[in-house]
Amino acid sequence: MAHLARLNFSEGEKETYTSQLNEILMYMDILNKIDTSDVAPMTHAISLINAFRDDVNGESLGTDRSLANAPEEAGDCFKVPRVID
Amino acid sequence: MELNRLTIHELSDLLKEGKTTSVEITESVLKRIEAADERVNAYITVTKERALEMAESADRDIREGKTGGLTGIPVAVKDNMCTEGVTTTCGSHMLENFVPPYDATVVRKLKEAGAVVTGKTNLDEFAMGSSTETSYYGITRNPWDLERVPGGSSGGSAAAVASDECIAALGSDTGGSIRQPAAHCGTVGMKPTYGRVSRYGLVAFASSLDQIGPITKDVEDCAIMMNAIAGYDANEATSVPEQVSDYRDFVSRDIEGWTVGIPKEYFIDGIDPEVLSSVNNAIKTMEACGATCREISLPHTEYCVAIYYIIAPSEASSNLARYDGVRYGFRQKGEEDLLDMYKATRSAGFGAEVKRRIMIGTYALSSGYYDAYYKKASQVRMLLRNDFDEAFKTCDIILTPTTPTPAFTIGEKMDDPLRMYLSDIFTLSTNLAGVPGIAVPCGYTEKGLPLGVQFMASHFEEGKLIQAASAFERNAGFTKRRPEL
Repeated sequence: MAHLARLNFSEGEKETYTSQLNEILMYMDILNKIDTSDVAPMTHAISLINAFRDDVNGESLGTDRSLANAPEEAGDCFKVPRVID
Repeated sequence: MELNRLTIHELSDLLKEGKTTSVEITESVLKRIEAADERVNAYITVTKERALEMAESADRDIREGKTGGLTGIPVAVKDNMCTEGVTTTCGSHMLENFVPPYDATVVRKLKEAGAVVTGKTNLDEFAMGSSTETSYYGITRNPWDLERVPGGSSGGSAAAVASDECIAALGSDTGGSIRQPAAHCGTVGMKPTYGRVSRYGLVAFASSLDQIGPITKDVEDCAIMMNAIAGYDANEATSVPEQVSDYRDFVSRDIEGWTVGIPKEYFIDGIDPEVLSSVNNAIKTMEACGATCREISLPHTEYCVAIYYIIAPSEASSNLARYDGVRYGFRQKGEEDLLDMYKATRSAGFGAEVKRRIMIGTYALSSGYYDAYYKKASQVRMLLRNDFDEAFKTCDIILTPTTPTPAFTIGEKMDDPLRMYLSDIFTLSTNLAGVPGIAVPCGYTEKGLPLGVQFMASHFEEGKLIQAASAFERNAGFTKRRPEL
């Protein structure tokens, strides 16, 4: 699960988290008291259909401002560690 | 006269009459920040120079007769809303050096209304918490008792308003993060209807729940702030193109003949006796205002915490996937492999509570568990929303406590996440149902801690909330105090 979340944990953290998450997930079991076989899941807090806008170009940030917060950059690109051997 | 102690409407009157200037007001706020914030730690960043420039520009506008709803008024912004050119940390190591290239829509609207932005307020890391203890930039203390938490996650905004370190502030509310700290700090806090206020430029936590709203010294100020920030924004797909009222029109109206629903499920065992008695007094006040209070039922209330703590972490785990050390934010140096860099960055950049929620969310969304957790929670959420739809057929507004206890002490719940989660028990439902809610001061405990009553209304009925809260405020019959700080 930590791998899926892209996180590392120390042995000590693993122990604390496992017991805390167990307790939290056990609490979630109260939801099983309710029969929801005929209930549609709620996906939106309000009834919105689709939010369309006209297909026109707006302003965009541009390369310099997009790269301004990058931890590392090279030319016009974000630089990352090697991906392929 | 200490200008920083006044409200928006009082200061606006003084400005209009030429009795003070925005520079004077802003200087009194900045002086107060210098004197008090070392103890309170409400701010992460104070933008003194910018604030004074904005104040000078506001004074020019006033001389030229060009005024908006907030002209010359110092307002603080929670540090999870983007401010162009001003660091936006979200209370996290991850965004320590993040300088947004644009203003969030609400920040742009504040500026357009003439407000003076004083700085960025502290919060639980990524707005995940109920006590403002998980910020990378230190805990915020409650101005009423420095040994207690201000609530959270908008604890910095609530503490700044309560200690007169700003005139009003913006917070964000995913499960009570405006209303719970507002109640703990003796201020007014509103979570508007989902879709009413644009979240463009708000750092996303749980996208089906997040909403921005004001924290203010009184209800009229709440209406003034709502006038400035509410409305449709084409940049936000969930923003609702509905007509927005002038909320100030609702301030002095009465509530004669209204029906106030009192949901029996909110009066549970374990609720603090002083909270209970203040809420019972609030019910009497509403009756004295000419409203009829009657018991109603919101039968799925007991499931709120479970629904919320599946849905919010699930959405958070997805939203926070973007913090990978590539485009902005912190990057852990020294890793030679991309995947190792992601993991090292995220493990060092996020604090314990954020990682806990990412793990809960990753688990709840993972294949094999999705139906049992996320889908199940979304189904029960529908039942909860139906509860509210039914309830609002029989009453105008709903009245409940805002929190089960007064502000708790620093450290009290830090080792027990589930107990911390339960402190949001009365505020989660409005986010889940998408309806608006407001917390209004309703008295003090024997030890002098402020308490708040919560009103809820149906979707897009913020006007009704202002009307009820304002009637309550006028007739509550207790003398407003100030924290001794």
